[in-house]
Amino acid sequence: MNEMVITREQREARLEGMGCKRKRVEDIRFTQGKGNYVDDLKLPGMLHGDFVRSQYGHARIKRIDAAKARALPGVIAVLTADDLKPLGLHWMPTLAGDVQAVLADGKVHFQNQEIAFVVAENRYVADDAIQLVEVEYEELPVLVDPFKALDPDAPELRPDLAGKTVGAHGPRKHHNHIFEWTVGDRAATDEAFNRADVTIKEMISYQRVHPSPLETCQCVASFDKIKGELTVHGTFQAPHVIRTVASLLSKIPEHKIHVVAPDIGGGFGNKVGAYSGYICAIVATIVTGQPVKWVEDRIENLSTTSFARDYHMTTEIAATKDGKVTGLRVHVLADHGAFDACADPSKWPAGFFNIVTGSYDFPVAHLAVDGVYTNKAPGGVAYRCSFRVTEAAYCIERAMDILAHKLGLDPAELRLRNFVRRDQFPYQSALGWEYDSGDYDTAMRKAMDAVGYAELRAEQARRREAFRRGETREIMGIGVSFFTEIVGAGPSKNCDILGVAMFDSAEIRIHPTGSIIARMGSKSQGQGHETTWAQIIATELGIPADDIMIEEGNTDTAPYGLGTYGSRSTPVTGAAIAMAARKIKAKAQMIAAHLLEVSEYDLEWDIDGFRVKGNPERAKTMKEIAWAAYNSPPPGLEPGLEAVNYYDPPNMTYPFGAYICVMDIDVDTGVATTRRFYALDDCGTRINPMIIEGQVHGGLTEAFAIAMGQEIRYDELGNVIGASFMDFFLPTAVETPVWETDFTVTPSPHHPIGAKGVGESPNVGGVPCFSNAVNDAFSFLGATHIQMPHDAWRLWQAAQDLGA
Amino acid sequence: MTDQIPISITVNGRSVRRFVDPRLLLIHFLREDLGLTGAHIGCETSHCGACTVDLDGMSVKSCTMFAAQADGATITTIEGMANPDGTLSVLQESFRQMHGLQCGYCTPGMIMRASVLLRENPDPTDDEVRQGIAGNLCRCTGYQNIVKAVRHAAAVINGRPSQEAAE
Ligand code: FES
Ligand code: FES
Repeated sequence: MNEMVITREQREARLEGMGCKRKRVEDIRFTQGKGNYVDDLKLPGMLHGDFVRSQYGHARIKRIDAAKARALPGVIAVLTADDLKPLGLHWMPTLAGDVQAVLADGKVHFQNQEIAFVVAENRYVADDAIQLVEVEYEELPVLVDPFKALDPDAPELRPDLAGKTVGAHGPRKHHNHIFEWTVGDRAATDEAFNRADVTIKEMISYQRVHPSPLETCQCVASFDKIKGELTVHGTFQAPHVIRTVASLLSKIPEHKIHVVAPDIGGGFGNKVGAYSGYICAIVATIVTGQPVKWVEDRIENLSTTSFARDYHMTTEIAATKDGKVTGLRVHVLADHGAFDACADPSKWPAGFFNIVTGSYDFPVAHLAVDGVYTNKAPGGVAYRCSFRVTEAAYCIERAMDILAHKLGLDPAELRLRNFVRRDQFPYQSALGWEYDSGDYDTAMRKAMDAVGYAELRAEQARRREAFRRGETREIMGIGVSFFTEIVGAGPSKNCDILGVAMFDSAEIRIHPTGSIIARMGSKSQGQGHETTWAQIIATELGIPADDIMIEEGNTDTAPYGLGTYGSRSTPVTGAAIAMAARKIKAKAQMIAAHLLEVSEYDLEWDIDGFRVKGNPERAKTMKEIAWAAYNSPPPGLEPGLEAVNYYDPPNMTYPFGAYICVMDIDVDTGVATTRRFYALDDCGTRINPMIIEGQVHGGLTEAFAIAMGQEIRYDELGNVIGASFMDFFLPTAVETPVWETDFTVTPSPHHPIGAKGVGESPNVGGVPCFSNAVNDAFSFLGATHIQMPHDAWRLWQAAQDLGA
Repeated sequence: MTDQIPISITVNGRSVRRFVDPRLLLIHFLREDLGLTGAHIGCETSHCGACTVDLDGMSVKSCTMFAAQADGATITTIEGMANPDGTLSVLQESFRQMHGLQCGYCTPGMIMRASVLLRENPDPTDDEVRQGIAGNLCRCTGYQNIVKAVRHAAAVINGRPSQEAAE
């Protein structure tokens, strides 16, 4: 087509920039089975490592005999804690300031804990060898109930910490106590409760679950003895941090460590941490001089590499009799398992749980969190949520419903009466956050209109009558949730991981012919960064997205960044991309001015280049400018056209949303059917609506799974129950509801493109919405709070208990 | 070591003859011996379907079958699904158009399963698609766009306008 006749709309459209439903670049390879995942990697001479794991939840190890295993043909090595000791690698520091045994050091603290690492020629022989390693145990009393952890006679789980009265987050008050974290004004909050017309109090538990991406955690470590260089390919959501940690632990200089995160088969928080498998594979390749692959199986994944939630939240709200909230008091008992390996920014032992005041204007609040040890797997990762934000949203959203019930108010109405109003932003919350922007009222009303809320309530009233008359055995629940997320960790003033500030980065390089390579410190695990990051650059620089290649995950080439989790990529990396692009644009403007022989100030940006103000025929496209940048730059200006930006955000971003769920429950079977689920999300500026919808569908499906069935449970002996796909609830296409999505747009005022992030919102808002629907269904029968997960068995039990 | 077993299999139109350990799983044979890494491992317990391949016209979870059992079979993996000229097949392109994938880990299994589903039922309803892919788990998409993708592919193959549109 002749360039001259291209319309402005066509110029705009061919960029495929922000706001368009650009089809994904990644899909070309993924739909052909040409993705490049860790387990696809095969290096010459590669060995396979696998773990001998504890049968017991708590036991002393009296003896490990690996002689038979070592004698098996094809076995190269069997590593135990004693082998790692001389290297100082039998324990490793955790992200939360605790230490964790890489291989059990005289004692096991949870079932399936790593005891020995077998390295063999292939995975079959490694498996055989595991069976041949003899471990003699002496069982110890097991502690699985966090409510008993601080009993005076509770078994001591961590003798390695004996005498340590101060932990990473302050004083410890018991041998199983990790930290106490308090926020807010205790006295003022108590006072609000003393004066309240109405108060509610409920212990709201959020069960232990697991992110369970379809690809488990895995790595291939390869040490080059001659060069002294270590290369690790792995399922890392934060490859740069892994390199730094690997360097600190192994003493190999950081520039001699190459960490590569290739395509990742889902993360959801599971792949943030550093796990024993990575350390052992690294040690094994150094010891053997051959590459070593470690791939965990599904049971290992569900029972060892991380968990999420396990928060037990005693929640109180004070309110006036006409439904104005006046105070919030929350105490959390946090079960962290055997080692405190929570993946939170270092100064935040309970993550951002202090977002627990939610979307409501609480004048005062107080929060206390006690972390305790139990004989369970360590972890505490943010499973598709910002750090502990889904726990907080569940806590406040359930509590608001309980309050509405007590006041005899409609739950949506109670929310409308208490929302932070639009004119209050930026809003200072009682527990210390500054919410950037929001319009809660508009979102809530839009959601209620969309579902025909008043009619649904009328239908529910009719059906309750019918139930009372014995005409039906089905009850109807309407779940409402309105969440405020806090994402985009984070500002260096309060966010770091092991001292590394939580900025992120982008480097953009325009080639002479006007195509682009750009690299970021983030790491996609399915979010589609290769597609969306190019859209931001396309809009900022006027180069078609198809001419922009995005690379992430290689620590040698990508600028240092903290990775992708906690919905931080768009708020932090997205901002870095825009800022780097704007640096380039500023230089491009100088070059354009030189080419057009006008002053910079006489130029204005127009879609894909600069034009002279008032004389639009005189213009230079970005492509033309790129060529000139290399070949005829203005005198005195250095050639080239590239920029890097490290972005330290001034604040978090606060996405929000209004969700409504309609559910029917058969009281005789406990089977719940989601009739309708409507989700309105406000994530600020929308980069790719297609990808946003996809993220919302996926997050809602995970929320559905958590609310309606997922649980990693332990029996009293410390046996982990349900750590396989046979038992752990992952919904299929048949159970999964149909999702209706909607949006409003309230840009973030401090983000360069106004975007807030969305990947985790649906999980944060979805879980309380489902649970509120269940509780709402049972409320007319006298239920106040039914604990998750709401599987058919438990719902049937609830119906029985309520005499339904 | 147990004696190796000779097998001959046709994989993506190529005949392959190998000696294999009796206990070698088909998924490992495909991925490690033949380098066809498109089929993935999500569980090794026949729950997730990431390892699904087409074996003599049936969907098979290749983690739950020995390579030796596949002796004489004709297998198609995701690597054999593109058009002969290298472009994406209708089904693959539909997954892309309808945003039926995110991390891509379940995708090869999903597409292999969906291709058999469409052979058995060329014009499935939403419910029939959901039932038909119930053996394949996806952790990312919530299935909605996968269902759309399969129905869109059916419409294209049947030469009628698609009702489906990506969000
Ligand atoms: S790996 Fe075969 S079904 Fe999961
Ligand atoms: S796209 Fe990630 S598991 Fe389906």
